[in-house]
Amino acid sequence: MYKILRREDLTPQIHLFEIEAPAVARKAKAGQFVILMVDEKGERFPLTIGGWDVEKGSVTIVFMEVGASTRKLATMQPGDSLYAFTGPLGVPTHIENVGTVCCVAGGFATAIVVPVARAFKEAGNKVISIMGFRTKELVFWEDKLQSVSDELIMCTDDGTYGRKALVTEPLKEMMEQKRDINLVVAIGPTIMMKFCAKTTEPFGVKTIVSLNPIMVDGTGMCGCCRAEVGGETKFACVDGPDFDGHKVDWDLLMSRQKSYLDEEKRSLQLWEEHCHHQVRGKA
Amino acid sequence: MSSEKQKINLNRVAMPKQEPGVRAHNFSEVAQGYTMEMAMEEAARCIQCKKRNCVEGCPVNVQIPDFILALRDGEMWDAARILKGDNALPGICGRVCPQESQCEAVCTLAKKGAPIAIGRLERYVADWERAQADKPKPEIAAPTGKKVAVVGSGPAGLTAAADLAKMGHKVTLFEALHVAGGVLMYGIPEFRLPKDIVQGEVEYVKSLGVEIVLNSVIGKIETVDELLSDFDAAFLALGAGAPMFLNIPGENLGGIYSANEFLTRTNLMKAYLFPEYDTPIKVGKRVAVIGAGNVAMDSARCALRQGAEQVYIVYRRSRAEMPARLEELENAEEEGVIFKLLTNPKRFFGDEKGWVKSMECYEMELGEPDESGRRRPVKKEGSEFIIEVDTVVSALGTYPNPLVPSTTPDLETSKKGTIVADEATGTTSKPKVWAGGDIVTGAATVISAMGAGKRAAASIHQFLMQG
Repeated sequence: MYKILRREDLTPQIHLFEIEAPAVARKAKAGQFVILMVDEKGERFPLTIGGWDVEKGSVTIVFMEVGASTRKLATMQPGDSLYAFTGPLGVPTHIENVGTVCCVAGGFATAIVVPVARAFKEAGNKVISIMGFRTKELVFWEDKLQSVSDELIMCTDDGTYGRKALVTEPLKEMMEQKRDINLVVAIGPTIMMKFCAKTTEPFGVKTIVSLNPIMVDGTGMCGCCRAEVGGETKFACVDGPDFDGHKVDWDLLMSRQKSYLDEEKRSLQLWEEHCHHQVRGKA
Repeated sequence: MSSEKQKINLNRVAMPKQEPGVRAHNFSEVAQGYTMEMAMEEAARCIQCKKRNCVEGCPVNVQIPDFILALRDGEMWDAARILKGDNALPGICGRVCPQESQCEAVCTLAKKGAPIAIGRLERYVADWERAQADKPKPEIAAPTGKKVAVVGSGPAGLTAAADLAKMGHKVTLFEALHVAGGVLMYGIPEFRLPKDIVQGEVEYVKSLGVEIVLNSVIGKIETVDELLSDFDAAFLALGAGAPMFLNIPGENLGGIYSANEFLTRTNLMKAYLFPEYDTPIKVGKRVAVIGAGNVAMDSARCALRQGAEQVYIVYRRSRAEMPARLEELENAEEEGVIFKLLTNPKRFFGDEKGWVKSMECYEMELGEPDESGRRRPVKKEGSEFIIEVDTVVSALGTYPNPLVPSTTPDLETSKKGTIVADEATGTTSKPKVWAGGDIVTGAATVISAMGAGKRAAASIHQFLMQG
């Protein structure tokens, strides 16, 4: 079960795995996530679903190596199996024809924006996409997002590809030019989603964000992923992960995401020492 | 009168336990179990009453005097067979059942002295059997060709699955998490209920032919209606999995956990073995656990074992109203847990990083009895005071997880979110669907959930065999 059927390294640190999970593939919808465990001693952590193939019985996940768990995951190869893979979890992104939708994708989240953008496009919307990366080398799937967008704006922080800008800049221009945008969907690092929401708020354009707090079970049991939205406590795993970005308490979300910074550093250090020993052992 | 008539010993054989000062720092089992000699000595105290009050007192009606008699006579396989005839999970029940308010409460000896230590004997027999290499194959009825889906692998689900499998039905048990056992795995700590005991009993249920499908959140991966296209009946044993919070300011600060999260990280994910296991937990020096039930005691004792220096149980009523089992309360107190009674949090304060640093509390006093019959706690105006804490665990209770009810439109639920089911049979408003355990009663005990599983299995069997 949960065999890795295919692996694609989108950039040196961003990887795509196609996982054998027919029952999850049958039910998956854009905006939902899975909880997985690499091995028996691993953490349970969420990854948003990047795609699914009902006929093949597979679900695609895309992740970036950040901590010990994602580095461990990145060592897995086709033919290996994940220890646990649970989904589809969370409420799917609410898709309807609103007119024009602006999809903002930050870094590796591009992979999860693609199915969302496609769903809006298929629902009859005009889709304008903004993609943002740190630098040219990290850019991937421009063609995939392009194929589901009527218009695509590419930005890099350092100007090595596309516009030298943060994603909030073209977003702000669109707001100021009063382009007829009915909905913004921003998915990416928390800080990016926060500033997208701050950008659109004065213009009153509804902005959906996909929150990524720490989770354990992912089914509403533990409350680890609680966030304050419009002054109310919500569980991102069952009430979300999509919320109205104008109502999210971003500072609280970010401080909760940092709860285990020390432990994460320690795990990463141990993992690096472990890898170092393995490399030496092979030499 | 026989000349050999012995005076009945009114004292039970004591249970060997780890010393409080030692056990407060490890996750090994606190109560270490009887030896064969101790078990025989205790079994010999049973007077084998004609009127078997103990059997009536047991929610699954274990034939208690029979297994004790077999044990006394050294017929260990008989003892195990009798026990497992009514209870698929004796190693678990022997450890976590509140015997003092059930079978042991009605023991004839309790009128004069200490009742028979039924739970300890049950545990002894279960552990003895588990240690044997060649177990006899359990008796399973001829296949009926009927298929039953059981949703949730906690005590209610495991019990129903075991009973239905023994009756010859093909049972598939769906579990949302990556291991079977439900609250027995994520909730109750290792030092009260070792996880290899739970897994041993899960293996027994599998040996009856039950197929366990892990990582499957019913309501998401499949709805109940979809299950019913593959199965002849479904039993919903979903538990009461969603945590309650106080809804007071500051409750989402870092360092404030629900008991579900705190215990899941500790027990299921083995955060106490971090970094060997990858899941972290942050237990500070001063921990406040809000609530005074068994889950609160478990949380407090887990906090101590993970390095906390001061652990408080903060409870708005007085000692007399504490809902925890007396034994758990005493264990916690012996280990150094401090009870702050008639105390209720008003709000939490955080540091510059958003981590909890203190909580403001009211002093309380007891007023008139409320609808639960307990005296209502009333706050003393102007009594606010500050407790410095760096970790808080909210152990206020749980409510049913709405995932399944919300995706099963014709399943009747109560205002509290529990599934409405007949107490005697477990039948619900929806044809072919039964429910039992905490999802019906709200949070209760392992054994009451098992009782519900047993009754539902009998009712499902009757339904399947009519058709």
